[in-house]
Amino acid sequence: MNKIYFDHNATTPVLNEVFEAMVPYLKDQWGNPSSIHWAGRGTKKPMEDAREQVCKLLNCAPLELIFTSSGTEGDNHAIKGIAYAKKALGNHIITTKVEHPAVLNTCKYLQKEGFDVTYLDVDSGGMIDLEALKAAITPKTILITVMYANNETGVLFPIKEIGDIAKERGVTFHTDAVQAAGKVPIDTQKLNVDLLTISGHKLYGPKGMGALYAKRGVRLVPLIHGGHHERNRRGGTENVAGIIGMGKAAEVALKDMDREIEHLKTLRDRLEKGMAERVPHIKVNGHPEKRLPNTSNISFEFVEGESLLLSLDMKGIAASSGSACTSGSLEPSHVLLALGLSHEMSHGSVRFSLGKSNTVGEIDYLLEIMPPIVERMRSMSPLYAGAKS
Amino acid sequence: MSKKRVVVAMSGGVDSSTALAVLKDRGYDCVGVSMQLWDYSKKEEASGATGGSCCSLDDIHDARSVADRLGVPFYVVNVEEAFSKEVVDYFVKGYLTGRTPNPCVKCNQVLKFEVLLKKALGLEADYLATGHYARIEKTPEGLRLLKGADPDKDQSYFLFTMTEDQLSRVLFPVGAMTKKEVREKARSLGVKTSEKKESQEICFVEEPSYTDFLSSRIEKRTGEIVSFDGQVLGAHTGLFNYTIGQRKGLGLSGGPFYVLDMDLPSNRLIVGPGDLLYSKGLVAGEINWINRGAKEKARAGLKADTKIRYRHPGAPSTVKLLEDGRVIVEFSEPQKSVTPGQAAVFYDKDEVLGGGWIEEAVKD
Repeated sequence: MNKIYFDHNATTPVLNEVFEAMVPYLKDQWGNPSSIHWAGRGTKKPMEDAREQVCKLLNCAPLELIFTSSGTEGDNHAIKGIAYAKKALGNHIITTKVEHPAVLNTCKYLQKEGFDVTYLDVDSGGMIDLEALKAAITPKTILITVMYANNETGVLFPIKEIGDIAKERGVTFHTDAVQAAGKVPIDTQKLNVDLLTISGHKLYGPKGMGALYAKRGVRLVPLIHGGHHERNRRGGTENVAGIIGMGKAAEVALKDMDREIEHLKTLRDRLEKGMAERVPHIKVNGHPEKRLPNTSNISFEFVEGESLLLSLDMKGIAASSGSACTSGSLEPSHVLLALGLSHEMSHGSVRFSLGKSNTVGEIDYLLEIMPPIVERMRSMSPLYAGAKS
Repeated sequence: MSKKRVVVAMSGGVDSSTALAVLKDRGYDCVGVSMQLWDYSKKEEASGATGGSCCSLDDIHDARSVADRLGVPFYVVNVEEAFSKEVVDYFVKGYLTGRTPNPCVKCNQVLKFEVLLKKALGLEADYLATGHYARIEKTPEGLRLLKGADPDKDQSYFLFTMTEDQLSRVLFPVGAMTKKEVREKARSLGVKTSEKKESQEICFVEEPSYTDFLSSRIEKRTGEIVSFDGQVLGAHTGLFNYTIGQRKGLGLSGGPFYVLDMDLPSNRLIVGPGDLLYSKGLVAGEINWINRGAKEKARAGLKADTKIRYRHPGAPSTVKLLEDGRVIVEFSEPQKSVTPGQAAVFYDKDEVLGGGWIEEAVKD
């Protein structure tokens, strides 16, 4: 059976050059980068080189980058770090309803700790209203945290505009850029962001790696207290091989970015056009232009997304919908519900997130097998029979 | 010819694990599926516990291990919504209306043989298999549902709502085996769950008892305990805490007293001596006839053994079909503790002819 991977927003395969770059640091170069002797020197310099590679992807200075264990840790560090550091100034945080659980659940936790959180609505295209954002800011607002790109729909948020508003009002601004990093250009020097979170395994690097950009001068309470690692901002001996791998992945992402964007857009447009021609009663979710080049979220009316995904999996195609529960089953998408989709439509959605290795042939195979699968599921739906007649 | 595909409903227990193994041996193209009944994240956050004795995260993990070991694809499907609406609400509502509901029948009826069966067919499966101890037999007159071969484990009582269409799409691979054989088969396969304890209590109730479960969902209304002849004997703690035939925990002096009935409008618990627990018959509704011939016979009065709860041996009786589709069952010998809300299932020896939900006991 052909195996086809259309779930790059969940994770990406480790690139060969990334793997090759990591191997020496899993074997021969095992020194602690904090050590002063030859063993430590063997890892310190390569680790700082990798930091520079990641900094180039974000256009920031090495001292502004903290390596973390994941995107989730970066989000936690940024949000809790600001909340605790600025507690004396206010207790209000603004975010959106469509954030990743790493942000949403951190905010919910802070609510229990006495913070107030405003969750901004999005419109049917998944966009926030900047006027609503401005109106939500109060003298007690200490943090705005809005994602760069949505993981389910790929919608890109107006980060520059939000940054300008935050700067003008003197509020710290964090963006969860886990889905955007490596897929679209990010220039921290032009954005007025104070904090920005990325993850390694979403850009063809290793799992267990992330990074947090914290603009020079931004004061954060550490999440993990310990030694002087990462300039006293994140304790714990560094994951050297992971850092090297993430550095390499960032380098490749930057080098290939323009070409990849073209490649992914071509494939995505072919997918969406072909699907619309072959399958009736579908809807592409999210803003038509302002979105990632690789993500296509499609609702198939009268069908359960979960059943569709299982059928696709049995034909070798990996796609996704919503986010996975602990058990491995799916929960209804809070993102699509926030877009105003009915329960039925959000249940019937599938996310195809494309990547480097995908080909036109793979898209065409999907377009060939999808219509009969959808038709079979719809034939069992009483609602569909009603809609047809 | 391509192999027939079967989706196997896996609870993580011995029976469904063995069902999968048996079907794999027979050469079917198997797919394992577990149902997620709850939002575990919310549950664990709330209580620190991990669900009841069925379909918990640990059970799903066990099911996944078994499927993996047998080289079978495995999926978890989310049926939270249907479970909460069709099973839990039904369970709570049953107690609210003074009945003792049977959620296991409902769970089979709706979740397994409607929701899951539909999902299986969506996966291009020819059949859905479960680990129930029951058998399906093809006869010239149609499909028949029979008791499981192991008399101690027979679960046909829980399956009386099945339609002929469902029976034609369902397999019970362990129905012809004894529990001992099932455990041996599981052990020979190295199935991790072969020594697992049987699930006994109502699967989704993880609080110490079902009354604790209900207490958090139903407003408690205390009231009087009254003897069958009208004397007030004491106070009860809320009608849902009691069931017909119960003797312990009434807190009454004298006696012994048994719960005979619940009077919902006056919120009274009626008690009396044990001999008043016996009923000579019952009325049941929402009847499902699996054997259509039996339905025809019931118009004039059908001789059948009627089981009035899962562990009841079945009592000789005459089942009479009423104009409105309900039935009156007359026992040859009076039966103890006929309980509204439980199922009455009619058998001819091993065959399930049909069944329905008990609406009331007929005392005299």
